[in-house]
Amino acid sequence: MSLELLSANHAAALAATLAGKANVKGRGFGGGVYPITPQSECVELLCRQEFEKGALVRVESEHSAMGVCIGMAQAGARSFTASSSNGLAYMTENVFAASFLRLPIVMMAVNRTLGPPWNIWVDHGDTLMLRDSGWIQFYCEDNQEVFDSILMAYRVAEDHRVLVPAMVCQDAFVLSHTMMQIDLPEQAAVDRFLPVLDLPHRLAERPVTIGGLDHAHETEVHRRQHAEALEQVPLVYAEAQDAFAEIFGRRPADPVVPYRMEDAEIALVSMGTTASTVKAVVDDARRRGLPVGGLRVRMFRPFPEPVLRAELSNCARIGILDRDISLGHGGVLWSEVRGAAPRDAIVQNYILGLGGGDVRPSHVSDLLDDLLRRRESGVPDLVEVA
Amino acid sequence: MDHKLLDGMVGTEQDRREPLLRPGNSNCGGCGMSLSLNMLSRAVRELPIQMAIPACCGIVTPGQYPFSAFGAPVVASTFAASAAVATGLSRVAEWNGESTRVIAFAGDGGTYDIGLATLSAAAERNEDLLYICYDNEIYGNTGGQRSSATPLGATTTTTPSGKLRLKKDIMGIMAAHRIPYAASLSVGHAEDMVAKIRFALELTGFRFLHILSPCPVGWKSEAAEGVELVRLAIRSGLFPVYEVFDGERTLIRIEPEPSREGRREALEAYFGKQGRFRKNEVNVDEVERAIEDQWARLRRQVAAS
Repeated sequence: MSLELLSANHAAALAATLAGKANVKGRGFGGGVYPITPQSECVELLCRQEFEKGALVRVESEHSAMGVCIGMAQAGARSFTASSSNGLAYMTENVFAASFLRLPIVMMAVNRTLGPPWNIWVDHGDTLMLRDSGWIQFYCEDNQEVFDSILMAYRVAEDHRVLVPAMVCQDAFVLSHTMMQIDLPEQAAVDRFLPVLDLPHRLAERPVTIGGLDHAHETEVHRRQHAEALEQVPLVYAEAQDAFAEIFGRRPADPVVPYRMEDAEIALVSMGTTASTVKAVVDDARRRGLPVGGLRVRMFRPFPEPVLRAELSNCARIGILDRDISLGHGGVLWSEVRGAAPRDAIVQNYILGLGGGDVRPSHVSDLLDDLLRRRESGVPDLVEVA
Repeated sequence: MDHKLLDGMVGTEQDRREPLLRPGNSNCGGCGMSLSLNMLSRAVRELPIQMAIPACCGIVTPGQYPFSAFGAPVVASTFAASAAVATGLSRVAEWNGESTRVIAFAGDGGTYDIGLATLSAAAERNEDLLYICYDNEIYGNTGGQRSSATPLGATTTTTPSGKLRLKKDIMGIMAAHRIPYAASLSVGHAEDMVAKIRFALELTGFRFLHILSPCPVGWKSEAAEGVELVRLAIRSGLFPVYEVFDGERTLIRIEPEPSREGRREALEAYFGKQGRFRKNEVNVDEVERAIEDQWARLRRQVAAS
């Protein structure tokens, strides 16, 4: 174990390296890699690593990056790639293919605004576009969480009760290019946490056709199996948290991370680094005697609705902070979380920080004031912070 | 399959214990891809193989889940991704010391068009895989639309007045990658075809095989005449059958008709037997000029190598 000062991009690359080396007694480790700002430093560092059994393939597009991961995973290797924004959009077809083929690929996604017009800064619209792809999705708040989530993602994705790919998302620049202290475990500890990948439907010598033709009934069955696998994730995730804590001495965050929610009657719900700003505003409001708490949705897929329902059960006012917009509707987080809110609660959507707009405590505190003044829920409010 | 067609190879030691294309497959009668798979089967023999097949007729061939008419391990890829998925399979086999020969098997849409960037990149990296393009000169699986492999003058569902551009020179493109082996193959010359597939299977690095693959539905031709059509395409010079080693040494082992008249006669017979050329008058002179130009280039390439 050692402490290093690392950006989240480098933290992700080192986590993937450790996970990859942990599979040396298995069928190896690799992936297709392709650059895109602000993710490139991750694959650059990965390409400087040496693997006894494995390699990264420098492909010509994100579509092929995931294509190579699919081939490697299907052949039983552990695989990894990283992407962002329009890269994810270009990759999308194979993102779905990877999950429909039930391959436990792990991808680090840096959340960046989709273009054109081009904007390299954070917003969550890119990975939320992939919410229906059948992948597990984690959204992180700091660099250690990015690192830990990569290891957790492999552990959960490769579990035979699950076998779906997992995406670890982090905010562009706020995390990807910000150095933080990271607790890096030894290889031996990672080896203990991540047993060798054993893919039950590995393509080997037996003549089978994987991914051929489905008619309606076969598709119904395949989707049901996939949905049931995702239903297993909370349980498998909790077991992995225990194992992680035992081996590494710290416990990865829960699917929903509450902050001062014990007696909260007002909740601010968010994802990613916005949650850090929310914490500061909650502390300030608490000093003023307001019963405010924060909820961070860390696992967006599978969606932790029962946990959110329980956390929000005593809240009369709920502000949902989206760093994304489903155009023609509202925030994606709002559209999902509001179903878990008490029937008579005021639920207000605030869309802020699009295109990397700097979300400051004053912005969040302003919208808390707005939430407290409201007599009823309104239409989603697109707040300009830039 | 027809014994004569395969030069008496059926039922010999060249057969795999498990044919690559099993009975019960969903291919149309007279499909050139069926011929290709049977030739591949005989070339593969005992070698361990894995195949990546994109969204095309070739992944409809095995039939409906959970059944499969393929006698080999196959994974379906998205339309553009067969060379990328095959790359993944091939790398993992190599790391694990396995002698698996990985084959990407795609149509012309997946090769000339949507998959070209993926194919080019895998060739440039010289991945250890065999890429086979069965070229029926249309998007056959979607009902016969124009691709960049469609020949000049051919009617398709999206070129109702005939295609106005020449077929893309995929062999030239692939040879320009300086890959170890690129070859065009004739389903009308079974022994030669099987020998070249076997040669390609045994090489390492990126190998590209191009097969003119008759599609009776799209070509509006008789199912039984596919092999004859390919022979006419070769005799007329329209489909040159040649090999390029390392992007340089060029070898022609199957020649078109020696005389211009003979080539012209074969060309007219080729067009005459297919409905896709009949609706609109094909400009035979223009096609002939293109053929002569291509052969002049090929001859120079042979002389220089």
